[in-house]
Amino acid sequence: MKNLGVIFVVLLLVIGAVSGFLKSRTDGTKFEKLVLTGSSTVAPLAAEIGKRFESLHSNVRVDVQTGGSSRGVSDARAGLADIGMASRVLKDDEKDLLSFTIALDGISVILNKANPVESLNKQQIIDIYTGKIVNWKDVGGNDAPITVVNKAEGRSTLELFLHYFGLKNTDVKPQVVIGDNQQGIKTVVGNPDAIGYVSVGTAEYEASQGAAIKLLPLEGIAASVENVRNRSFPLSRPLNLVTHAEPTGIAKTFIEFASSPQVNDLIEAQYFVPVPR
Amino acid sequence: MSLSRADRQLVALLRGYALLAAAIVLLILLFLVKESWPILQHVALTRFITDTSWHPVQSLYQLTPMLSATLYSTLGAVLLATPLGIGSALFSRYYAPSFLAMVYRRLIELLAGIPSVVYGFWGLTTLAPLIGRLHPPGVSLLTGILILTLMILPTVALTVDAALSAVPIAYVRGAAALGLSRWGLISGVTMPAARSGIAAGILLAAGRAIGETMAVLMVAGNVVEQPHSLFDSVRTLTANIALEMAYATGDHRAALFVSGLALMSMVLVLVGLAEFFTKERRYV
Repeated sequence: MKNLGVIFVVLLLVIGAVSGFLKSRTDGTKFEKLVLTGSSTVAPLAAEIGKRFESLHSNVRVDVQTGGSSRGVSDARAGLADIGMASRVLKDDEKDLLSFTIALDGISVILNKANPVESLNKQQIIDIYTGKIVNWKDVGGNDAPITVVNKAEGRSTLELFLHYFGLKNTDVKPQVVIGDNQQGIKTVVGNPDAIGYVSVGTAEYEASQGAAIKLLPLEGIAASVENVRNRSFPLSRPLNLVTHAEPTGIAKTFIEFASSPQVNDLIEAQYFVPVPR
Repeated sequence: MSLSRADRQLVALLRGYALLAAAIVLLILLFLVKESWPILQHVALTRFITDTSWHPVQSLYQLTPMLSATLYSTLGAVLLATPLGIGSALFSRYYAPSFLAMVYRRLIELLAGIPSVVYGFWGLTTLAPLIGRLHPPGVSLLTGILILTLMILPTVALTVDAALSAVPIAYVRGAAALGLSRWGLISGVTMPAARSGIAAGILLAAGRAIGETMAVLMVAGNVVEQPHSLFDSVRTLTANIALEMAYATGDHRAALFVSGLALMSMVLVLVGLAEFFTKERRYV
């Protein structure tokens, strides 16, 4: 008799699962689908915005796929995606497309607070990261070996950093490789001779919370959320949504929603900077 | 004697479970091969050991520094944790007063229950700066080994303790009747009798060390280079997957699955070796 009970329960579960599956299949046809593809930097933000958008428009499903900014641009152009995502400004040969900036991203070079070095120029940072300068005394600091902190391959922060300094990742000679921004800050806090780079939003927040780091100015401009917002900070980029033609219908509503102050908290939660509106 | 009906049902059920467990391992292997297939088709297997470095975005796929990092850190941790763990088990079973032994055992159990990310966090904020004062940058093979030792120490201590307690009481009484000293009892009777249990505990600990990801990722530095000293920064295979998987696409992603395959084959070799050695000793 016990066996019968078990079989009964299993049957119930199977029936439940199958009917649930069928239900979702049939319901799916009623939904309007919005496909976004492109930059892996924008994708997590777009997915969060998509979730909130879905909760406001119950008949819409937002599908976010990654594959890099270039894929976002080409998919938007070819019509494979309703909206492309690109974590850079459009190039000259992409001017047939329209771009809408939803947020800004900046990167700050950080040092430990105990490090007496107050600023480094572009060439010094390049020399430190390529291993040509290995001691802080060569750039006006203590007589101590420099610990170079680099990001793991594939991260967009790494890509932007390398692009700005004109480096290849094979040129970089790191002592520590990190994953996310938090790990970078912890590493620099724990090592007075470390140099690293993280998103400006994270660095500014952590420094204000008492983390022993300082944000280095670049080209004489202070690394701050304010300067990223007014676009004067050089090591920054826009996060764009890209469309082939003037957006209509649901895509238009989505872009308007993503550019509205209603998503500012989502943008800040990912340590990006909202665009002034 | 034929099996009763209930027995036959139980056998069928157990066979089903065994099949399921075996199938899952095989499916995982199959999945790893399937996911790494795209890159194996146009990148020769030898390139994973002959390329100049690991820069998958620039199509360079050298894996050997990570293989040796995994091997060194596991080996180092097992070498450190084994004597400590055995010592701790001997202390709590044969030398400590019973009240102290109980408290001590609870503490070791607590140590076993701490999540690995907490060890990693402690290592990153406390241990790494300490070692950094000795020899910068602080995050290094040594830090990784020390954290792993801490993590697998309770595994060794508790399994050895359990193996010792499983030694038949008649052996102990016999040793006492012969007038053996406490150390004579340990070295001549209980340790040899518990040998296979102790070996199993060390293997279990080695398995935990080899698969540990988060803690090592936080304290070992993650630079992909062949280490020349204990103070060099290293990246293990598990850390490699955890660090890069979230943002990897295309060949990069497939290359990470190849490093998963490498890890899997390394574990297979270890298990094979262990099987070989324990079998040989068991029937001496």
